[in-house]
Amino acid sequence: MNRRDTPPLLQIKDLKVQFATRAGIVQALRGVSLAVRPGETLGLVGESGSGKSVTSQAIMGLISPPGEIIEGQIEWRGQPLVGAQHTAHGAGIWGKEISTVFQDPMTSLNPLMTVGAQIGEVLTHHLKMTRAQARRRSAELLAAVGISAPERRLDEYPHELSGGMRQRVMIAIAIACEPALLIADEPTTALDVTIQAQILELLVRLQKELGLAIIFITHDLGVVAGLCHRTSVMYAGQIVETGESDFIFEHPAHPYTQGLLGSTLRLDVSEDELLYIDGLPPSLISPPDGCSFRPRCPLASDICRKAPTHAMTGGGTAACWHAKTPAWDGMDR
Amino acid sequence: MTQQQARNSAQATWRANASALAQELWRDKTGLVSLIILVGIVAMALFAPLIAPFDPAAQSLSHRLTPPAWLDRGVWTHPLGTDHLGRDILSRIIWGARLTLLIGSCVVLFGGALGTAVGLWAGYNGGRTDNILMRIVDIQVSFPGILLILLIVSVMGTSVVTLIVVLSLTNWMVFARFVRGTVMSLRQSAYVEAAEIVGCHPARILFRHILPNLITPLLVLSILEFTNIVLAEAALSFLGLGIQPPATSWGLDIASGRDYIYIAWWLVTFPGICIVSLVLSLNLFSSWVRITTDPQEREKRFAHSYMSRRGKRS
Amino acid sequence: MGSYILGRLAQSGLVVLGVTTVVFIVTRVFGDPVSLMLPLSATAEQKAAFAHQIGLDQPLLAQFFAFAGDLVTLDFGESLWQRRPVIEVIADCLPNSLLLVSVALAAATLMAVLLGAIAALRPGGVIDKAISGIALLGLSMPQFWVGLLLILVMSVYLKLLPSSGMGSAAHLVLPAITLALTPLARQTMLLRSSMIDELNKQYVRTARAKGMPFARVLIVHALRNTWIPFLTLAGWEFILTLAGYSVVVETVFAWPGLGLTAIQAIQRGDLFLVQGVVFTIAVLIVTVNIVLDILFRAIDPRIGLN
Repeated sequence: MNRRDTPPLLQIKDLKVQFATRAGIVQALRGVSLAVRPGETLGLVGESGSGKSVTSQAIMGLISPPGEIIEGQIEWRGQPLVGAQHTAHGAGIWGKEISTVFQDPMTSLNPLMTVGAQIGEVLTHHLKMTRAQARRRSAELLAAVGISAPERRLDEYPHELSGGMRQRVMIAIAIACEPALLIADEPTTALDVTIQAQILELLVRLQKELGLAIIFITHDLGVVAGLCHRTSVMYAGQIVETGESDFIFEHPAHPYTQGLLGSTLRLDVSEDELLYIDGLPPSLISPPDGCSFRPRCPLASDICRKAPTHAMTGGGTAACWHAKTPAWDGMDR
Repeated sequence: MTQQQARNSAQATWRANASALAQELWRDKTGLVSLIILVGIVAMALFAPLIAPFDPAAQSLSHRLTPPAWLDRGVWTHPLGTDHLGRDILSRIIWGARLTLLIGSCVVLFGGALGTAVGLWAGYNGGRTDNILMRIVDIQVSFPGILLILLIVSVMGTSVVTLIVVLSLTNWMVFARFVRGTVMSLRQSAYVEAAEIVGCHPARILFRHILPNLITPLLVLSILEFTNIVLAEAALSFLGLGIQPPATSWGLDIASGRDYIYIAWWLVTFPGICIVSLVLSLNLFSSWVRITTDPQEREKRFAHSYMSRRGKRS
Repeated sequence: MGSYILGRLAQSGLVVLGVTTVVFIVTRVFGDPVSLMLPLSATAEQKAAFAHQIGLDQPLLAQFFAFAGDLVTLDFGESLWQRRPVIEVIADCLPNSLLLVSVALAAATLMAVLLGAIAALRPGGVIDKAISGIALLGLSMPQFWVGLLLILVMSVYLKLLPSSGMGSAAHLVLPAITLALTPLARQTMLLRSSMIDELNKQYVRTARAKGMPFARVLIVHALRNTWIPFLTLAGWEFILTLAGYSVVVETVFAWPGLGLTAIQAIQRGDLFLVQGVVFTIAVLIVTVNIVLDILFRAIDPRIGLN
């Protein structure tokens, strides 16, 4: 079956989120639209502060004051999700149909609750299991995420586990109710390199076994390349390019994507020099008019003062007036 | 840049900082009001002989227990009334501020100096010195000062000097703990390590690199300790273990007014209001200083007030 | 666990020895028990006899051992004021103090959990501002003054409650409220701020992302993590109240407890009684600290039992 024909699980339309700070209003998301279909993996890539994590928090209903969603829609199977925290509809989705694995496994688990209790409460709450059932199922889940002696681990506290183990526990919690969508918010950033590979493998295996859709948030393009069907690149609170991963990696259309790829070390291409994008991302308190990448872009011209439209790139779209033009010297892939 | 220019620009930045701070204070009304009350109380103590209408010890038995002026039988010569010996309550309150502030300042000074010295020493040397000193602090902290005070007062009797010594001896530990903790963490910071590698003299490192970082938090701590000492002095004077007549103190006045509580409420009420105003203003002002000097706290304060303006649930 | 408790007991023994030393130095080395306890009119022979009776003519070290031995065996001597053994006086008034302190602190602790948690729900909101403001005011009021104001209003004007002494449950109300005020204010502030801290932590975000109901996130997740600082403070409040605030409050309300007895003993120059009270309270403090320590180990899995 072609994934493109199935209706999306999750659809975000023109989402705008802002945070009030002493320095001013930070426009964290400035019109983000994306869709995730059942069983597909979407990579959300960008540097820190680009809005990746805010997007995931918005999906999870975790935006709280001083932050707020000021515009746009988040739809789950066609039903609105924004503001559904206190409705029966919302209560059945978060933690059950959509679940999350956060970046830092060291602080993401409650230090005073046993591993078993933290997995079990999801099962008793969402699936109405009894304590005994939940305990048995929790042990199965721990085994499924590759933790040995699961029965014994159930009674341990987070501080008794290593970082990689804790992230496995987080994943066990996330898949406990067999969700349709898993949001992995930089799940490997805080881990050792060897452990990173194991966790990624685990996610890939679980996706196949459970038919999960995954939104994979990362700043590491290398991870996205091997893992994600589609990729969206974020810059300054907007998605600047989106498309099939294979296509984007071969033919990046947006100058920022081109620069990002050029500044990543790749093993399959020999390079003399890594590319360096001059300047800093713009302040989101007063972002520039038009294209937000304009101040750093070698292709910037007068037309870039107008907000760019999404140009078709062949494998997706790019928000750039000069899409598909090679932007950086010595870049010819 | 010539020296003159450097001095001018330093002055200009100082002025800019001061005016920014003043603006911030103006916007935060609780901070402003508490500062005004504090300045008022200090001025009252300093100029007591000029502003007090009567000698605080002058008795006038014919005017005993005159109520405050706005009540029946009240007279405007004694706006807050008189006590059981016919002494003017307003004048006693004005004079009473003196000993309270004097004792508070002395104790913060001595206790603070002792604590800071011990903290610097323990924190900088670490190891065994630190172990022993901090164990002493731990033990003394776990015993409320009042035990030592009861013991000492019962043996040696009371005087202002005893009071200062005893309160200093029971209030230095907070400073020691705080300074020691900060010094320990600063010692491991890159710039102090760099100074050590370069061969800076330990004393220079302590006074030049470490002490400046302690000034604002020590100020906040001192203000908070000051409130504790004001309350302790008032309580001791009330119990008869602190300031003794003929000296005046707010706590002492409340103690003597206690016997007349059934017929003259003003004897205990007004000195009490003074203690509360002083301590509350100190608390509010110190929390304003703490928040204003800490960028994270400022951001939090902003977020909280923003959230409450928007009226949303977190 | 057993060896831990043993070690902790040995440590406490050292602390008690330290307290004994301080009491000894203050009373015997700095002070002069003879002139303190005998009337001014006492003759030289009477003074010498008294000095001999309490062993002042012995070498200092011998005095110390005799002194320490007496304290440890709870032989505090005879109260000059009450003309009976100090230990009897203490046995009479200690339960009164414990009653007052436990009622006041139990009420304060329960209220503090409630008020602190409510305030933390919306930091900066109207309810939070009101609760924080009242707590700060509570911390700024001297207890003896609050006690007197309560007497003024409740006893003098409204004639609702007795102002002093002990007897019925009604006698307990005003002293307990007065005694509870400062601990309540401080505990509320602590619970509020640690609750706000916990609610901003990652694991709370995880719990919310897991779809847990708000009440569960609040009570099962966040509140449980505030227990340790809160219990530390509660233990400290118990010590402060027993050894500090109760002296003042018992004096205001003429509550026949340890604190009132200590003040009266000082006024009468009854050194043995003061010594006895100080030593008793010190031993109580040490005991409370041990109990708290063991309790923490039971609550917090991160502190090992060994």
